[in-house]
Amino acid sequence: MIPIILGVFLITNLSAQTADEILDRVDRNMSSENRIFESAMIIHGKRTSRTITSVSYSVGDKKSFTEYLSPAREQGTKMLKLENQLWIYSPSTDRTIQISGHMLRQSVMGSDLSYEDMMEDRKLTDVYNASVVDAEEIEGRANWVLELKAKVEDVAYARRKMWIDKERYVPMKEELYAKSGQLLKRSTMSDVMRIEGRWFPTTIVYKDMLKEGDGTEFKITSIKFNQDIPEYIFTKAALKQ
Amino acid sequence: MIKFLFKGLIRDRSRSLLPLIVVAIGVMLAVFVRGYINGIMVDMIEQTAKLTTGHVKVMTKAYADNMDQVPNDLAMMEVSNMKRDLEQTFPSMKWVTRIKFGGLIDVPDAYGETRSQGPSMGIGLDLLSEDSDEAERLNLNNSLVRGSLPTIPGEVLLSENFSQKLKVNPGEEVTLIGSTMNGGMTIYNFRVAGTVHFGNTGMDRGTVIADIKDIQLALDMDDAAGEILGFFGTGYYDDEKSEPVISEFKNKYSGDEGEFAPVMLRLRDQEGLSLYVDLTKTMGAIITIIFMVAMSLVLWNAGLLGGLRRYGEIGIRLAIGEEKGHVYRSMISESVMVGIAGTIVGTAIGLGLSWLMQTYGLDISEFTKNATTGIMMPNIVYSRITPPDFYIGLIPGVLSTVVGTMLAGVGIYKRQTAQLFKELEA
Repeated sequence: MIPIILGVFLITNLSAQTADEILDRVDRNMSSENRIFESAMIIHGKRTSRTITSVSYSVGDKKSFTEYLSPAREQGTKMLKLENQLWIYSPSTDRTIQISGHMLRQSVMGSDLSYEDMMEDRKLTDVYNASVVDAEEIEGRANWVLELKAKVEDVAYARRKMWIDKERYVPMKEELYAKSGQLLKRSTMSDVMRIEGRWFPTTIVYKDMLKEGDGTEFKITSIKFNQDIPEYIFTKAALKQ
Repeated sequence: MIKFLFKGLIRDRSRSLLPLIVVAIGVMLAVFVRGYINGIMVDMIEQTAKLTTGHVKVMTKAYADNMDQVPNDLAMMEVSNMKRDLEQTFPSMKWVTRIKFGGLIDVPDAYGETRSQGPSMGIGLDLLSEDSDEAERLNLNNSLVRGSLPTIPGEVLLSENFSQKLKVNPGEEVTLIGSTMNGGMTIYNFRVAGTVHFGNTGMDRGTVIADIKDIQLALDMDDAAGEILGFFGTGYYDDEKSEPVISEFKNKYSGDEGEFAPVMLRLRDQEGLSLYVDLTKTMGAIITIIFMVAMSLVLWNAGLLGGLRRYGEIGIRLAIGEEKGHVYRSMISESVMVGIAGTIVGTAIGLGLSWLMQTYGLDISEFTKNATTGIMMPNIVYSRITPPDFYIGLIPGVLSTVVGTMLAGVGIYKRQTAQLFKELEA
């Protein structure tokens, strides 16, 4: 009996360590000191598809600034995140509105991403406890299936399920759950590229499971890590410039 | 015989006057109350129709299935074509385009930062076209508390309570933060043109009214709208009239089966109004029955009094050989004459009073200004005279007189012929 208990304890402990290690490797790929990227967000609605392009600057998980470049209706709209606060600037009204409370759950430009999703830049290891629950193949590549449970309160999704490429340590698929256990969002990653020594998925398809439509394709058209980003970009004054 | 009875009634006024007055008052009240209640109920239905349901409403199937959530992402596209089509197919009806929307109204301070903010429900309607009668339809001119109606694009009306809560005055700028048709966030500036009082708690709490073109621009709904409302030329909802409109619409668009196919709903099929519409229809019958029962009781009593007064006369008639049945029938014939005469007088007075109420109305704004009802209450209530008002009084008028006389006349059969002479001697 004792050897069985010891065996179970060892396996559990070993898989927990492994899961944390995997998550740490994922964080090293996905997080950075700072980065600048340009992206195209293709929103597949029930009737039409729209493409919104933007350029984003971020430093760690505390500061980020996004400017929308097209289409004309969204051009010049800017978003600033400082710590846990988010402001949006609308050039047509010349108003800067702070997004807070339930508004954070609203869709960004009609996409399957919410402002809350945009805010979440923290390292996974800081927010979740992970465990390896399975192994699966996706498009011929071996993946761990990790279950992540929130260890902090202020998190948008209480539970996540991630499929991590065993070789490249990048997520290939993800399911995001509410505290109640309801599946809220599903995302699939592809076009994994080696950029400045790290693997990074450059296409992510998000699907809000509570919303009609065929999801939102988020394509990173260019990305640069560890750039010199002027500090004034992360100020409210920069929104109106 | 009829002539004989009629002369008797004319010559012996005590036999006819009291029942006639009772019948006339009862019929007058029945006709007047029916017209008054009909007027109030029709007004309430019409208020709801003007604001929300129309007499018929056209939407996409998907929008209609989720109507309570105001799902503008499921709104109709190319709505001007659809409206034109409806105007050509149903030329006797008036068609208007509406957009309902929700969002936050944000009031900026001098630095553009949020000074106050509150949730709102809005309606986009045609306020600026020259031939639009939407402001009149919603009685906006009379509901205006401060400022004026929007006269240029970018102006908006707020409910007075909402403007006070936000501490914003006509002339100041507010920002609508809402969702576009595509589900994205929209931020759009308006200038407050005026404030209105609706007399409805829900609407006074946080309503925004803007021109539909501004709302189309704000919500990225180019030539799109949630609803097209249709109104009958008479200005009143009519179940019978809506049937052929619905079936013609179904025939015309039967080929389109998709979730964005247009569907048409009658007023009674929206907002749980079917019970209310049915109640309006049966109100006449309910009032008639109430007055008939009440008047029968009064006339029964009057008949008993008359029977006591005519105790001697009936006794003599029976004593000289007139059959009990004949006496009973002659009294019923008399009551029919009194009933008809009373009904004519009562209907004439009742219709006269109803006409005054229909023409001038009754201002109840003092009672409704602090109303906490969920339904739309008009400030001035009017009677509504309908064809049944001209003959509806005949039923309680004649029937209650006859029933009253029949009940009172039962005593005739109880009298013993053998004792009649003793009674008469006494």
